[in-house]
Amino acid sequence: MAVIYVDNKSYEVETGNSLLTTCLSLGLNVPYFCWHPAMQSVGACRQCAVKHFHDEHDTRGRIVMACMSDTKDGMRISIDDPEVKQFRASVIEFLMANHPHDCPVCDEGGECHLQDMTVLTGHVRRTYRFPKRTYQNQNMGPFVNHELNRCIQCYRCVRFYREYAGGHDLDVFGIHDRIYFGRFTDGTLENEFSGNLVEICPTGVFTDKTARSHFTRKWDLQTAPSVCVHCSVGCNTIPGERYGTLRRIRNRFNYEVNGYFLCDRGRYGYEFVNRDSRLRYPLLKNVAGGYAGASLEKATHRLRDMLGMGAGVIGIGSPRASLETNYVLQRFVGPENFYDGHSIEDYRTTKLILDIVRAAEPPVATLHEVARCDAVFILGEDVANTAPIMALALRQSVRQKQYAFTDKLDVPRWNDGGVRQAGAFDTGPFHIATYNKTRLDDIATSVFRAAPADLARFGAAVADAIQKGAEEDQPSENDIDIRAAQVARDLMEAERPLIVFGSGSGEVSIIHSALAVTRNLMAMGKKPQIAPVPPHCNSLGLLSLTGQSIEQALERLYADEVKSLLIVENDLYRVLTVEEAECALDKAAGVVAFDHTSTKTSGAADVTLPVGSFAEASGTYINYEGRCQRFFRVMSPLPENTDPWRRLLDIAKIIIAEAEPASLDLSAKSRWTKLAELNTLDDIVDALVADYPELQAVKDCAPSAAFRIDGMQVARQPQRYSGRTSMLADQTVHEPKPPIDVDSPLNFSMEGYHGEPPAEIIPRFWAPHWNSVQSLNKFQAEVGGPIKNQTPGKRIIAPRRSVGIPEAPPLPEAFTSRTGEWLVVPLYEIFGSEELSVLSPPVRERSPKPYIAISPSDAKKLRLLQGAAVTVSLGDIAVSVEVRLSPDLADGLLGLPLGLPRIPFVHLPAWGTIATGPSPQEAS
Amino acid sequence: MEKPLTKDFRPDGRALTLKEYRAVGGYEALAKTLKFMSPDDTLGAVQKANLKGRGGAGFPAGRKWDGVPDKDFLKSPRYVVIDADEMEPGTFKDRFLMENNPHQLIEGIILAAFAVQADFAIIFIRWEYREAQKRLRWAIGEAYGNDLLGPDILKSGFQLDLHVHVSAGRYICGESSALLESLEGKRAIPRSKTPRAVEAGLWGRPTVVNNVETMCNVPHIIKNGADWYLGLSVSDEPGTKIYGVSGKVKRPGAWELPLGITARELIEEHAGGMWDGHRLVAWQPGGASTDFLTPDLLDVKMDFGSMQTAGSRLGTGTVVVLDDKTCPVGVAHNLESFFARESCGWCTPCREGLPWTEKLLYALEHGQGKVGDIERLELHTHLLGPGKTYCALAPGAMEPLQSLLKLFRKDFEKHITEKGCPWR
Repeated sequence: MAVIYVDNKSYEVETGNSLLTTCLSLGLNVPYFCWHPAMQSVGACRQCAVKHFHDEHDTRGRIVMACMSDTKDGMRISIDDPEVKQFRASVIEFLMANHPHDCPVCDEGGECHLQDMTVLTGHVRRTYRFPKRTYQNQNMGPFVNHELNRCIQCYRCVRFYREYAGGHDLDVFGIHDRIYFGRFTDGTLENEFSGNLVEICPTGVFTDKTARSHFTRKWDLQTAPSVCVHCSVGCNTIPGERYGTLRRIRNRFNYEVNGYFLCDRGRYGYEFVNRDSRLRYPLLKNVAGGYAGASLEKATHRLRDMLGMGAGVIGIGSPRASLETNYVLQRFVGPENFYDGHSIEDYRTTKLILDIVRAAEPPVATLHEVARCDAVFILGEDVANTAPIMALALRQSVRQKQYAFTDKLDVPRWNDGGVRQAGAFDTGPFHIATYNKTRLDDIATSVFRAAPADLARFGAAVADAIQKGAEEDQPSENDIDIRAAQVARDLMEAERPLIVFGSGSGEVSIIHSALAVTRNLMAMGKKPQIAPVPPHCNSLGLLSLTGQSIEQALERLYADEVKSLLIVENDLYRVLTVEEAECALDKAAGVVAFDHTSTKTSGAADVTLPVGSFAEASGTYINYEGRCQRFFRVMSPLPENTDPWRRLLDIAKIIIAEAEPASLDLSAKSRWTKLAELNTLDDIVDALVADYPELQAVKDCAPSAAFRIDGMQVARQPQRYSGRTSMLADQTVHEPKPPIDVDSPLNFSMEGYHGEPPAEIIPRFWAPHWNSVQSLNKFQAEVGGPIKNQTPGKRIIAPRRSVGIPEAPPLPEAFTSRTGEWLVVPLYEIFGSEELSVLSPPVRERSPKPYIAISPSDAKKLRLLQGAAVTVSLGDIAVSVEVRLSPDLADGLLGLPLGLPRIPFVHLPAWGTIATGPSPQEAS
Repeated sequence: MEKPLTKDFRPDGRALTLKEYRAVGGYEALAKTLKFMSPDDTLGAVQKANLKGRGGAGFPAGRKWDGVPDKDFLKSPRYVVIDADEMEPGTFKDRFLMENNPHQLIEGIILAAFAVQADFAIIFIRWEYREAQKRLRWAIGEAYGNDLLGPDILKSGFQLDLHVHVSAGRYICGESSALLESLEGKRAIPRSKTPRAVEAGLWGRPTVVNNVETMCNVPHIIKNGADWYLGLSVSDEPGTKIYGVSGKVKRPGAWELPLGITARELIEEHAGGMWDGHRLVAWQPGGASTDFLTPDLLDVKMDFGSMQTAGSRLGTGTVVVLDDKTCPVGVAHNLESFFARESCGWCTPCREGLPWTEKLLYALEHGQGKVGDIERLELHTHLLGPGKTYCALAPGAMEPLQSLLKLFRKDFEKHITEKGCPWR
């Protein structure tokens, strides 16, 4: 603790921060541009000038940059000193000299940091009378719009893109007052975090291109706190809606999860909500096999008829549906009839991951901790494609060594320029063992490539080396042992080693090996952490409810035991092969699909009922660390987009109300009667927690619907929401009453609480003087730190130590390649592999054509060239793809990107063959 | 009057060969050092001689070298980098030294590298200095061939590699940390003041950056001793200095003279005085980025301390004279257009303020000046002043402007009232 004097007022502050951070944390409005809380100081823009006085007798003082000054005990500064005020206004005047006066047509207008800072400094009149500088803009692909005339050269974009996110294709060119921030030439920004430029840029140079196609000002957006559905990390987001269209996604700061950033899949995957492929009304299959739209009432009655007495009904849940939806489905069909919605490979790996997360030994690292671990070992997981934002956090971890070096030189950590320059070559350690190249290879200390079985063996070798570590190093001739020893040494020397693994490879043995590494580290007295990557946004939530796999569901279906099959938010064709899925759908007498988007499964169902997507529903997801996170409905409710769980409750209600009591199966009747008593999200959560006491966090993770601040709900619409009375003028002359939200403490109105609600229900960041995303500063107790009013305590599934982790099976045999056959392993694409985001046109544009990865030497043997058309056959399944040479892939392997459009689901890893030319089906 | 740096120059302007350099006592200092002295002794000698850096700031070289941490504190390799990116308008002293006696520089570099126990040295040289590059490369080749560079210098066990790096050319590379960025292949932008380059410079390793002229002094200090060196000057700052004069003088040029002679002596005796019919109205003591001084200060000693007291800087010691037939506004415009062009574009006041300054001066020169322009220029001299920008480029650019505004205010005003330049 230290005392500083700002304009002769004393404040108690923490030391170790830059003066700018200190001032902002005190709530003082010091303007800035080049500084960013996640990227710290470089001293470029000179906007945060304050006056520093030597002591209390010093009356002249000296202008210093707050971002480049240390916070020192007893220091005296002035923000209001006339000279420094004039200097700050002059810096703005310099910046505005070339800035166009195009705010009314600029997408940033109304939430522009440059606007805010200009007003804050009081600069109003421009004296610059010479022509303004202009630039050519570039087409940067489907995500980011480029308008460089607005640039104020704060250098944040290149610092983020290159230094923070590891991108290469955005840079700064030119010199003096002709500085150009862009690509070498027009073209898509390649880095998967490019969308953050939209929030990083303090003005309108980089804006959201997807939002541009249905643009709405910040003040006209209805927003609610939400959670990203496109991977298992569960980044916190703020989706914005107007006129029933989802307009954009913005980051919602969560200190422990995503911090300040999102990946492009999370930011731009939302357009699936607006697509024509959305299910807007129920569909019924008629006798002829065709489909007809029907009223909800009619569809519900058809469903009721199908369910009959309620016996022989099974349900398949979904890892992309909320915990509440899965729970209600489970109660609807009965726990013994409820099945997991993962593929069998994902089920096996994810079940093990859930056990590991629950055991909490070692603990799971938050992303905040991931970024601060000082040694990393990634085993078998292509994190950059399966959990991109985790890759961004991992990328920061290598700086711990850099900090250790610069700490020695007394370079303050906030001096990012100094730290990066001095410590550029002191990074790591960071070890990757995967079967294909990853986008983290550039920061890796070592990279090990091998077939999945050999990765498991490599992990075991590292575990062994850790155990042997105490003994004298056995000099080994074996390359793998030498590599394993290096990994082991680095993990042992670290204070906070981190082991990353996941479900991506489909290999349980890799996870067991990773676990062995952590156990041996713990046995040696180390405190390792883990970061496991399950496949979907609610994989751990779904598996917390069920013990039965989809394979068991198939067995039941094959045994002709099932009358009706209820599938909620799941496309069986993505978790079962075509043959299995068709068989399952044929076997069930009646198939009911609940989904927000039309899928192959919904197309085969007898009854299809539309439900709300994440933007039209509330619920809870459990992320990779076991963190329960509530998301809230953003769009106003409509009958066709009701919450999936509510749809099920409604059906139960109708059946109970309308059916002859005697006609129902007893257990079904009791289940449905109980469900019919539930009305709100809170009711479901209460029931869920009663059934699963270990999931108490689901209840604690957000305030209940009854929560009020000063008697008010939190307003989803900002105070400056315009057009309220005229929005529906084409339909009615009345202003309709806002819908009531019984599920959350938020309302669909601009009337309500607009201050700083608990972190879990912050619908937007906005503060006086601060209209841009930078207003987040005002919501944090300490700038860069957690949000004020954060619910105390960890929101993690309570560790259940009694849950044993299954014994590791014996290590797999070392991989040996076969002649004429290849081991096909799954690959993932950030843009393309995930089901929902790929429905978003801009993401689809970035997804690759179906391909098969093959090592150049294997390709040579087969006389295949890059781009050649080939057919990969796995059993009966033939996939037509293009050849992509991948020098990192081990010989004997083929890499098939799972989930890409036009690549059918196959169980991987599996042995297959490859032949030139398109598949027979396609040829015919 | 001793001229250690230039006395051995050949009258025909050809560079001294290794043989010729050795014949006049070259590499004796090196042999003596490697045989009898420790790195600390070498450093001590330079410290005792109080050799002030000749790049412009006058920071004592010995004190800089002393800042290099112990080898057990920071990892090797460590570097010596020589700033030969001489781009200050009116300055050509380093070229003079490199072209005429490259071995003198090389010997200085080896000695400095020995003092700080560096492994690698790099001469960062201006692109346009083709002849100097050629001569340096030739001399370096000779040095390698005679065990003066390489893995075992003069069988002492000390090793050093020396490399010539041709700069892509920017004035900002004269700022030593921007020079290092450029050497690393990055944009030439000055670095953070912490950590210091001597701790973490080139590629994050201890690095000493010195000017060519500074390095050329080292062999003579080692060979003749600090006491001899302290006696060379006519000031309390030791040594000789390569002074130069440009402008409308009869014999512009560069001469090695005792540190601390007066500008009057320099201009009148060595440069032959002003052109006939031209009167000196102001002068810059050390290159484009120093304050103009009035003629009454011509008798002040030209050393680092005295020039500071007089309100300017010794800088590179190359005097630029301004005469009464030259428009001071035009001079200001000429200078500022150079600085505006050479701004690296990193910090706002420099990037935006210098082009604005340049445009205002252009407007004044071309009869488009408006009332308020002079006040705006004056404001810029404050806004772009020391402490307000990231490095010293913009404050350096403001030094001549603020002094011209002060000395020739009436002339600036005339440009507005007469709607044009009275000198045209």
